[in-house]
Amino acid sequence: MMDLEKQKKAPIFEALEKFRKKRVVPFDVPGHKRGRGNPELVELLGEKCVSLDVNSMKPLDNLCHPVSVIKEAEELAADAFGAEHAFLMIGGTTSAVQSMVLSVCKAGDKIILPRNVHKSVINALILCGATPIYVEPKVNEHIGIALGIEIDALEKTIKENLDAVAVLVNNPTYYGICSDLKRIVEVAHRHGLLVLADEAHGTHLYFGDNLPICAMKAGADYAAVSMHKSGGSLTQSSLLLTNNGVNADYVRQIINLTQTTSASYLLLSSLDISRRNLALRGRESFAAVVKMAEYARNEINAIGGYYAYSKELINNSSIYDYDVTKLSIHTQGIGLTGIEVYDLLRDEYDIQIEFGDIGNILAYISIGDRIRDIERLVGALADIKRLYARDGSDLVSGEYIQPDVVMSPQKAFYAEKVTMPLEKTDGKICAEFVMCYPPGIPILAPGERITKEIIDYILYAGKKGCSLQGTEDPEVKNLKVIK
Amino acid sequence: MEMWFSELHTPNVKISIRIDRQLYSAQSDYQRIDVFDSPEMGRFVTLDGDIIFSQADEFVYNEMVTHVPMSVHPNVKKVLIIGGGDGGVAREYCRYPEIEVIDVVESDDMFVDVCKQFFPETAKGFEDPRVNIYYEDGLKFLRKKINEYDIIVNDSTDPFGHTEGLFTKEFYGNCYKALKEDGIMVYQHGSPFYDEDEVACRSMHRKAYRSFPISRVYQAHIPTCPSGYWLFGFASKKYHPLTDFKPERFNERNMHTDYYTTNLHMGAFMLPKYVEDLLEEEENS
Repeated sequence: MMDLEKQKKAPIFEALEKFRKKRVVPFDVPGHKRGRGNPELVELLGEKCVSLDVNSMKPLDNLCHPVSVIKEAEELAADAFGAEHAFLMIGGTTSAVQSMVLSVCKAGDKIILPRNVHKSVINALILCGATPIYVEPKVNEHIGIALGIEIDALEKTIKENLDAVAVLVNNPTYYGICSDLKRIVEVAHRHGLLVLADEAHGTHLYFGDNLPICAMKAGADYAAVSMHKSGGSLTQSSLLLTNNGVNADYVRQIINLTQTTSASYLLLSSLDISRRNLALRGRESFAAVVKMAEYARNEINAIGGYYAYSKELINNSSIYDYDVTKLSIHTQGIGLTGIEVYDLLRDEYDIQIEFGDIGNILAYISIGDRIRDIERLVGALADIKRLYARDGSDLVSGEYIQPDVVMSPQKAFYAEKVTMPLEKTDGKICAEFVMCYPPGIPILAPGERITKEIIDYILYAGKKGCSLQGTEDPEVKNLKVIK
Repeated sequence: MEMWFSELHTPNVKISIRIDRQLYSAQSDYQRIDVFDSPEMGRFVTLDGDIIFSQADEFVYNEMVTHVPMSVHPNVKKVLIIGGGDGGVAREYCRYPEIEVIDVVESDDMFVDVCKQFFPETAKGFEDPRVNIYYEDGLKFLRKKINEYDIIVNDSTDPFGHTEGLFTKEFYGNCYKALKEDGIMVYQHGSPFYDEDEVACRSMHRKAYRSFPISRVYQAHIPTCPSGYWLFGFASKKYHPLTDFKPERFNERNMHTDYYTTNLHMGAFMLPKYVEDLLEEEENS
């Protein structure tokens, strides 16, 4: 149990306040000098904001080597999240994910993961030279999304790869699907593997009631927690949590390999304040979020055609639990792909949602939402059905294509390559990523065999308006393959 | 003693009304509600500091959102008023005996209570047995209605506050669906004069124009509105506000009005050039 009295403190925020009142004359960076050198920036961001954009210094500590207020803020975060150690991260959850992967893998190591990992995981493998071993996930045929890791499949994969060093799990997936994390930890630890949790979409699991279990509680060794998503802090701020005696000093060294030495105090203080908020008021906030999401789900399901799914999907294996704060909606019942609904909402109704894929959309519900905005979303979905619904028998469901990893992502990334038209790459080994963004889950990653099936899927996703990314060719007409 | 109420119409223009006394002030779940007595405008109510109506000029828009569509649609039985918490529009519609049902949807019940207490004359609209009041979000209410109303009035005035959802494409779309095949929607179209108001006004016309086969705009002079000049939207599935206008039907009734006449009906659709231009731009964009 965290110490609620201590959680009322926000050491970085308090140090900044104290520092501001001292009216110190800056002869250090940043060169805008509390905004005086850049009036347009002050006009845009406000005086208070630019005056907090200061350099690391003794009274404000230093993120590369915390000894005072940042150290204290990290200890409070660790206490709030039930971890042994928490690292404040300012390079997005990407940096948290990469730091945990780099902390456990080195060249030649194997790491077991589901395919629906964020690209940052595979990028980390390019950096360190480890090889991904994919556990084949079940796919829900109807809604067309990859589900969680099944225990049997994991055990089989571990037994086939007894030299693997770690398992990485999404908790939850972008869509809200959770695996049986507790048993995954049990199985992995029994075979001497570490467990890393990507909780980019799971900050709230640490504070809400009746939500799926969080990684630290389930016994995982590392977790990357996206504070800026459901936690309320500024974009790009995040947390890396460790447990079970992980050597925090070594992890700090790994973080410092790629982290800036000029950490932004706007980001750091936003983490500090958000952690305090979550610790003191998180429970009520997320209860309100759950209520809004449930309301929206019921109203959307009442429209007909749309399917806003929830706990009824739970099957005790591939969908062990569902995160009810997520509002994921299958749209093919009105004959439209998710990406088409996503575009209509933005272009016709001035509503921006998180993402749309082949079969689904995800509307992100958070502490900042109001019921009247939910009414707009529901109203717009009803109107889209009225105006744009069509026969959807030609739609394909988002499918899972098990990757054939021929070489490590690093080897493929640095190998000699040639560029070829996408249609002609059947049978070649891919040297770059292809993904729809968001959600940013790779269709192809460096080192994987390209098949006709994959090429067709990429062409279809492109035709339906998915934003395809990852290749050097911005239009994804050409692919780089190994020579 | 000098006491003045001021409302900013733009950051650089404000209207000020001398106040005799403030009668009421409270914060509801949705907005701050204040009631004042003034020598010139009589009693008036403000929401979040914006004048919603005053005794001196409320007749203008109550009449204009009622008699204009009523003189066009030949057979009105069922009317829906969204955001009509003061009851003024409902009262005006109650003057037509052939109307069978008038549904009023208002999200803020406290606003209704305040109007009943301080504007009993206006709120009289709620006493008619044909009038039903629903305390609900307008968009939510509409979602369940299909092919039901002859006329829908959007009586909300603020496209930026908590009624923002009533100025959106999804709102117009849901109104279209809730109207019968010859239904008419009229709505507060804002003022076209000041820059920020003009942007909102354009966007409303763009959305309504694309949602309904017929979409025209008409005007009135309302002193407490920004620039004193106010527009209304007339969006219709079948009837045109001028070619299907039957002045004799209104005139036969011998109804007393203070603003609306059948001559004015024609004139209200004759807009200044700059307004015509900005509406046309949105139609062609």
